[in-house]
Amino acid sequence: MSEYIIRNGHVFDPVQGIKGDKKDIAVKDGKIVETSALSASAKQIDAKGKSIMAGAMEVHAHVAGPKVNLGRWYRPEDKLFDSHKTPGMTRIEGGKSIPTVFKTGYSYARMGYTFAMEAAMPPLYARHVHEEIHDTPIIDEAALPVFGNNWFMLEYLKNHEIENNAAYVAWTLNQTKGYGIKIVNPGGTEAWAWGLNCLTVNDPVPYFEITPAEIIKGLIETNEYLGLPHSIHIHGNNLGNPGNYNVTLDTLKLVEGYKAKNNFGRKQVMHATHVQFHAYGGDNWGNFESKAKEIMDYVNMEKSITMDTGNVTLDETTTMTADGPFEHHLGGLNHLKWANVDVELETAAGVVPYIYSPNITVCGIQWAIGLELALYAKDPMRCFITTDHPNAGPFTRYPRVIKWLMSKKARDAQIKAFKNSDKVVAATNIATMDREITLYELAAMTRAGPAASLGLGKDYGGLKPGMNADIAIYNINPDNMPSDPEEIEKAFSGVAYLFKDGKICVKDGTVVDNGNKRTFWVDVKVKPNKQVAHDVKEKFLKYYSVNEGNYPVPDSFAPHPYVIAVDATQ
Amino acid sequence: MPKVVTDVTCPFCGTLCDDLEVTVSDDNKKILSVRNACAIGSEKFNHTSLPGRVTRPRKRQPDGTFKEITYDEAIDWTANMLVKSKKTLMYGWASTSCQAMSVGHEIAEKVGGVVDNCATVCHGSSLIAIQDVGIPSCTLGEVKNRADRVIFWGCNPAHAHPRHMSRYSIFPRGFFTVKGHKGRKIYCVDCRHTDTARVADEFIQIQQGYDYELLDAFRTAARGEALPDTIGGVPKEKVYKIVEDLKAGRFGVIFFGMGLTHTLGRNHNIDEAISFTRDMNDFTKFSIIAMRGHWNVTGSGQVLSWQYGFPYAVDLSRRNKARYQTGETTSVDLLVRNEVEACFNIATDPGAHFPIDAVVSMSKKPTVTVDPHINMSTEISDIHIPVAMVGVETGGCAYRMDNVPIETRKVVDAPDGMLTDVELLTKINERVDQLMGAK
Repeated sequence: MSEYIIRNGHVFDPVQGIKGDKKDIAVKDGKIVETSALSASAKQIDAKGKSIMAGAMEVHAHVAGPKVNLGRWYRPEDKLFDSHKTPGMTRIEGGKSIPTVFKTGYSYARMGYTFAMEAAMPPLYARHVHEEIHDTPIIDEAALPVFGNNWFMLEYLKNHEIENNAAYVAWTLNQTKGYGIKIVNPGGTEAWAWGLNCLTVNDPVPYFEITPAEIIKGLIETNEYLGLPHSIHIHGNNLGNPGNYNVTLDTLKLVEGYKAKNNFGRKQVMHATHVQFHAYGGDNWGNFESKAKEIMDYVNMEKSITMDTGNVTLDETTTMTADGPFEHHLGGLNHLKWANVDVELETAAGVVPYIYSPNITVCGIQWAIGLELALYAKDPMRCFITTDHPNAGPFTRYPRVIKWLMSKKARDAQIKAFKNSDKVVAATNIATMDREITLYELAAMTRAGPAASLGLGKDYGGLKPGMNADIAIYNINPDNMPSDPEEIEKAFSGVAYLFKDGKICVKDGTVVDNGNKRTFWVDVKVKPNKQVAHDVKEKFLKYYSVNEGNYPVPDSFAPHPYVIAVDATQ
Repeated sequence: MPKVVTDVTCPFCGTLCDDLEVTVSDDNKKILSVRNACAIGSEKFNHTSLPGRVTRPRKRQPDGTFKEITYDEAIDWTANMLVKSKKTLMYGWASTSCQAMSVGHEIAEKVGGVVDNCATVCHGSSLIAIQDVGIPSCTLGEVKNRADRVIFWGCNPAHAHPRHMSRYSIFPRGFFTVKGHKGRKIYCVDCRHTDTARVADEFIQIQQGYDYELLDAFRTAARGEALPDTIGGVPKEKVYKIVEDLKAGRFGVIFFGMGLTHTLGRNHNIDEAISFTRDMNDFTKFSIIAMRGHWNVTGSGQVLSWQYGFPYAVDLSRRNKARYQTGETTSVDLLVRNEVEACFNIATDPGAHFPIDAVVSMSKKPTVTVDPHINMSTEISDIHIPVAMVGVETGGCAYRMDNVPIETRKVVDAPDGMLTDVELLTKINERVDQLMGAK
């Protein structure tokens, strides 16, 4: 394989604590190496006046699977004037808020991303998720199976059978080629199968007689019993409603007393996702306000939590979540087309288009809350930037979110552009916040932090010799930061270079190689468990609509796997 | 010793039963018996050993007869046709694997094809309605475990999806439906007293062409508003009574078929059925599911959607963008208006299902049909390329009518030297690359 030496660039790497110093980066055989390890034939890349970071890692996005694809095909309007092919080696790309698989891979790569986590995989539909992952070029991907409303889990945790639940989770990760434990509206989505919901952590789940708090705690214990690379990844109860920040605090506080137990360097026991949707005050849409500070005060203090923001980008988009009752509620609010799929024994999902209009006060407040969360964060290694793609906005808007975070000038301009800017300012703290995120903090929020949270910190998210050679080089010079914030957005929209596994995949914003895409999944070894084996057999015989023998994802669906082995037999 | 292959998925209808057990001879050549399948499903497996099966490509001669040619000759002829034609209709895909579709789309993108599947003459109107108003739906296992009110509207699973009623919708006992059939109230709405109507608790005979009106009446009744005395031949008292009963249920579901999609109103019928379902969610839990026909027509929609964003009628003829416009990029319209220069049919039989004008148009163009069997399309084609039967002689992914993906299995070997769809399309793709590189 080729060798490269990247010279004269400003390096930002929280893993080694490098804050923009000029340093040469050497690449050999897909890894970052000491410069002394290179032969004389190494190709030189001049990165003078540019910034170098590790490949960015998407910690939470809906990019592959049944609800994403439903969003694609039931919204042909999303492709209007947005289907195109650029000359070169790429396939036809299409879609704004829910891009096709080809556009998804290329767009992430063009922005400097090398990994994306599909945030919600219904186990029954795992084969669909992996078919799409297979067809998505360049970027590495993994998927989190949803467990928060699963019947096996509800029955085991009702009796606090952690060992059985762990054996079931291990079995499911293996069957679905999944990465970790995702929880969406714990208990609430099962209740939705009867048209009901769980709006606090103490609402009992119909029939199963367990509360969301018991589910969350049980799954934290399961996760740490197994020692998975990632912690539980939670979208809590009562998403999107005024006054829900109390429920969010109740959810976050469930981590108290738990310690991370794993061999992957992960420190947190809970990853709280798209917190913007969970940080609302007020009790109706009229007195709706930001409670970002209250949430972040707790997160800053509690080291066992990592989180991502879920920034609203003020676009027309397509919301989609396994929170079935929420989508029904949203469809009732905006009267746009509501789609829903309830999945037997496991979960549900809903899809509703949504327009975050700068003319609507609530949308402006949501925009401010997302940014406030990141600006209040004291530890950028625990607060990551997402748009909960496509829920708060498409991931292709990351450069714009970065612009807002890095420039108060850009924020002020946006506040001024709101139709009701005085109301937005009154309900938030954004106008008073002077902090501007630095490039170093950005590298933590988009690279080193997510990698550590996912348990991939040893090989990913940094530029230390020995780590994987996923490298993004941006046309931005820390010694001469542009005074026009638009230049920041432009720089992060198209990399000068993207190295994926030591190969140049994007050059000057153009895809030049389809890379060596891999599917990450976690293979957990547990002690043989007769009870769980019996329960699986029984549920498939009696309640599932497919045979147990047809449930697993065949190996051919992930032809280039990156399997993380976990031994939980000890 | 004969071997039994279990967990076999049936490649016939959208029900995609995956509990078949097939006994095959020791040498993997012959199917000896098929268990658990319906009559049509077993016949599909037995087709592999029908006498007179074509195992090599055939080319039409000037006198109208067919002559056997090699796969290489057929591949070369097909690739040349695709490269030469500025716009080729690439129709079918409903009886092959998703993996094969992927290769086909790659070819279409290069040569400028219009990729369409049989939704175009089937549930396309349902897809249009969903694009207009969304869809509250669920998997078939949810129906089995929870549904206590089931409506069959304009569909006849007793004939078209024979095991649907026993596996999912009427008879099975599920987690919250321990009484099975006795715990469910079954309605059937149709203009004829079908065999499905015979197993329903209540048959609602509707005048032909009044589906939209009756669905609208259901919505009106659900809101407690006034109705005329009869709607499409159904007395208003009956409508009020049914709607009250549906509201009293815990979990309702509507299954619908061609009786809604291809009668007067078409997509508007589905729109109204979906809107009724959505309205009912204000009172109880309600879902609606389309009775998709071919076993993997749903899969074709899925693959097209994740690659281009549209579920059928995807026009790639400009090579740099994907377009979709019903009535413009749909197969029948393209053929009737003579807008394509060649036809490539695979894994579906347009000759049997398209209007005659479209078939005549197709017969006058260079046409290649890829299908395991002789069918009406092969007989109007210049080349017929037989392939291994997907789901019997080779595996691959398929999507059930509720979009659940299930892997089909290979149970016997194809006759010696026969190619699979994936192998054939890959070879055509390679030949297209050579021809286009030489251009």
